[in-house]
Amino acid sequence: MNGAGIIKGMIETARNFVGSYHDKARLTTVQYPEEKLPPVENARTIPFLVFDGDEAMAGLRCTACQICEKECPPQCIYIIKDPVKKPDYVGKMQIQPKVFDIDISVCMSCGICVEVCPFDAIKMDQVFELSTKDRFGALLLDKTQLAKPNDYFVKLHKTEASEIDVRRDDEKRKAEAAAAAKAAAPKPPAAPGGAK
Amino acid sequence: MIAPSATLELGESGEPQLLEVSLGPQHPSTHGVFRMDVSLDGETVVKLKPVFGYLHRNHEKIAEKCSYLGSIPYTDRLDYICSLTNNWAYAMTVEKLAGLGVPERAEYIRVILSELTRLINHSALAGFLLQDMGALGTPLMYAFREREKILDLFESLTGARMMCNYMRFGGCRCDLPPGWIEQTKNLVANFPKFLDEFESLLTGNEILRARTEGVGVLTPQLAVNAGVTGPMLRATGVNYDIRKVDQYGVYGRFKFRVPLGERGDVFDRYMIRILEMRESLKILEQALRDIPAGPIIDPKAKLRNLRPKAGEAYGRIEGPKGELGFYLISDGGPNPYRYRIRPPSLINLTILEDMCLGRTIADAVVILGSVDIVLGEVDR
Amino acid sequence: MEALEQLKARVEAAVPGAQAEIVPNGSPANQPSLSLDCGHARTVAEFLRDDPDLRFDYASNVTGVDWPEKTIKEKIKVKKLVSGVEKEVEEVCERKTPAYLEAVYHLYSMARKHGPLILRLRTENRSDKVTLPSLTPVWRSCEFQEREIFDLYGIIFEGHTDLRRILMWPEFTDHPMRKDYVEPDDYEYEPTPHDDVLTRARQHYPGGTPA
Repeated sequence: MNGAGIIKGMIETARNFVGSYHDKARLTTVQYPEEKLPPVENARTIPFLVFDGDEAMAGLRCTACQICEKECPPQCIYIIKDPVKKPDYVGKMQIQPKVFDIDISVCMSCGICVEVCPFDAIKMDQVFELSTKDRFGALLLDKTQLAKPNDYFVKLHKTEASEIDVRRDDEKRKAEAAAAAKAAAPKPPAAPGGAK
Repeated sequence: MIAPSATLELGESGEPQLLEVSLGPQHPSTHGVFRMDVSLDGETVVKLKPVFGYLHRNHEKIAEKCSYLGSIPYTDRLDYICSLTNNWAYAMTVEKLAGLGVPERAEYIRVILSELTRLINHSALAGFLLQDMGALGTPLMYAFREREKILDLFESLTGARMMCNYMRFGGCRCDLPPGWIEQTKNLVANFPKFLDEFESLLTGNEILRARTEGVGVLTPQLAVNAGVTGPMLRATGVNYDIRKVDQYGVYGRFKFRVPLGERGDVFDRYMIRILEMRESLKILEQALRDIPAGPIIDPKAKLRNLRPKAGEAYGRIEGPKGELGFYLISDGGPNPYRYRIRPPSLINLTILEDMCLGRTIADAVVILGSVDIVLGEVDR
Repeated sequence: MEALEQLKARVEAAVPGAQAEIVPNGSPANQPSLSLDCGHARTVAEFLRDDPDLRFDYASNVTGVDWPEKTIKEKIKVKKLVSGVEKEVEEVCERKTPAYLEAVYHLYSMARKHGPLILRLRTENRSDKVTLPSLTPVWRSCEFQEREIFDLYGIIFEGHTDLRRILMWPEFTDHPMRKDYVEPDDYEYEPTPHDDVLTRARQHYPGGTPA
């Protein structure tokens, strides 16, 4: 019969239409923004800086080594080192960044800065509702806007954050034990004259 | 072949008056910013010149300034629908250039992701081809419903739906999260149902058949000489699939057939893509069953500061659109000296004019849809 | 596919007068190439396409490469007279490699399923003698790719059916992929945050350069 193909197609469409009222597999959309889809663990949009503890600037893990700045493909990270050092989580004095700006209108969410960072200081965030009315200034995020606490990182990437926390706690304990041992050890006897 | 109109309006100098239409860069059916300068006699196409370059970003020059690692996110944006196959072609060429090996688990993951990419590309193409023919939206949304499920899988593995940036030199970036293989197996088990539904919706449809059978015929000799590859070449009957010829990766271990067409028209190309989706499902089932445990990146591979020895390499894969090749010349430094992409969409456009001559302008739109171009790749 | 030396011998036997040279490849990819002279390039290409054993009927990729002039400093041992005694002395000598543009062709065979065979054609210099024979009459796939090389490098292909710019607009005058291309800065552009960042960063260091 001429037209059989078209009628067969229409039956499929009708089946989908009627089915979308009672079959979950056929209704595949959500009414955004009233309903939102659950976030996915590994999703990446823009980077953020992790800090430990309560104070953002004192607990920043970033040491301004500038590796992420060099490896970023569109060159959207700008770092200037601070000549004043601050103590890090183990107690040693470390360099900190004075200026750490990311231009998120240029950032292409590739995540290479996260992969090359040797200090677990920069991680990928999952926020995507980033539109602002100011095209230039508001899309340039500086150190204070980028810094987010470690708890936030744990909420986003539970498995990865817990591994990093375990490792850092280990190192902290080892450093404290080494410092305690050094303070408690007896002073070595004064070397007799003629020490090299 | 439709004959030109019998009564030709002659202009003042006695030449036939042709209507010159520019199917301009902003057009819903041209698959991106692509322009065709068409000269029409009535409704018949007499001359057709494709014009592109509206999306030219000179990726090849950017790559000479970035390091090898920094170019990987840019390769995602070439053929932006199939980003993982672009990554694989580039990673394979750098591995040839630097002499890196790839562990087995990484090879299996690459094959799985590449076949999933083939599925999303072909379903998007089938949807868009039908939209160009006038079925505004319905088959497209059916195809996109399945595509969304695969993009969700990509997001849970790589972090992004389209710009995946997942392959690295010597393997993959990160390992599969727990439960990913089960989800993929579920998807592969349910996909044939969608293909059957799609075929019952479309393949018997008289409008589709009338508009695609006999339209845009391409002979095998012209196709081979013009460098056409991919489903367009196999629709003419030439059996050349790089997965079977080069057997790169671990493709030699999988049993799958290569569908070939007979007449080389638009209907054959559409059917070849549906059949290729079914063959991809077979490869996926075998790969998901056999994937071994193990490391996913070569321990010798360095992430930063990769400096291959001076030399050159050409690596190619069977992308969903055709042969995607990368040609790299290294001078020993951290950046490539010459970085060239062999874009399948651009080469497949060489014979667009030959296929459209003598047909109506409506057919020209359908033929362009069946060539399957993505402007990110044509212009780079 | 047979080894490149045998192929070279066959080419030289079949096309008298053709000069082919093997260009080695340093990387582990093991893909050496054959450099041809411009006079016989088209005849060699037709031989490669039509010979029943080779049947290279598919030109997969055509690339342009820019090799600007490079000065290489080498140490050579020279016999010199030093205060009356002939000695071998190491001298630093400068050598200039010639500057040229190059078109590289990757050929495969769909009939015999072998390949790749890599051909190289070189121009004489980068400034005025930049013509090469076009291989589009032999393989139609070179048509758009040679147009792209003309557009981005400036090599003029003789015998090409329609040589005009393909990616840049027709009134553009420079060749963007050359190594000495300078990007123009006279186009209208909007101030980006990059400028803002640099001025703010410089405010931290009133003296000028960062510490």
